Amino acid sequence: MAETNVTTRPGSEVTAQAQRVPTAVPRVDIIEDQTGITLWADLPGVSRDALEIKVEGDTLTIEGNVSLPVSEGMEPIYAEVRAPRYARSFTLSRDLDTAGIQAKLNQGVLELRIPKHQQAQPKRITVQAG
Amino acid sequence: MVTTLFPTNLFEEFDRLQRELDRLWSGWPAAIREVALDTVYPAINIGRTSEAVEVYAFVPGVDPAKLEVTLEQGVLTIAGERSSPIPENDQVTVYANERFAGKFRRTISLSEDLDPDKVEATYRDGVLRLRIARKAHLQPRRIEIK
Repeated sequence: MAETNVTTRPGSEVTAQAQRVPTAVPRVDIIEDQTGITLWADLPGVSRDALEIKVEGDTLTIEGNVSLPVSEGMEPIYAEVRAPRYARSFTLSRDLDTAGIQAKLNQGVLELRIPKHQQAQPKRITVQAG
Repeated sequence: MVTTLFPTNLFEEFDRLQRELDRLWSGWPAAIREVALDTVYPAINIGRTSEAVEVYAFVPGVDPAKLEVTLEQGVLTIAGERSSPIPENDQVTVYANERFAGKFRRTISLSEDLDPDKVEATYRDGVLRLRIARKAHLQPRRIEIK
């Protein structure tokens, strides 16, 4: 199979909002097994309430706002993480069952499981002795 | 109080300049250097108040109990390990493998006026926050005018 099931798109095209707020593209791992696709995304500083996962048509979008506890009067002196927001979109192929997507957020890592439609899953055909 | 106030244009500008210089001086290929720059794990932000220095280490996917944090003579070290969730077998097809995996160690030189006995560490949503108090006698004091 040459075509990948999940196609990455530049994060900057996600929404109109993304153009106003500095937005980082989260790093991801994506694998496919026989029954579906699993995606892990690093979203440090994003709480469950600040995370939004959307499926519109064939597009899956992950968006999250970073919030850090900050002391009164704190002055930033050095920053490697400068974007207060993460966003990334993926195109899903038709064999994926978007209604069956499951999401878990743990220690700043999102784990998404996207199952394949039942008919897209491989079936083992038993060869009977003649 | 919860806000995000790290983005500053000044830092972005400096970063851009640095990259331009790197590209200019290092010759082809520049892209691989950029990749290396962006893969620093964990990323770190630092802020300060009059009483303390606050360090934010972005360590998603690491159990805070397994993080090794030391502060010695103003040098802060954060070390640990993160494993990849990708199974090592031929039953899966890997489409993306961008997340850091392996051992890490980051060392940052902070000012020496910090008190290693007064460090508060909290962890939330993959971010370790260290609040390190400045030594009491070095904190700015208001001088009463009689």
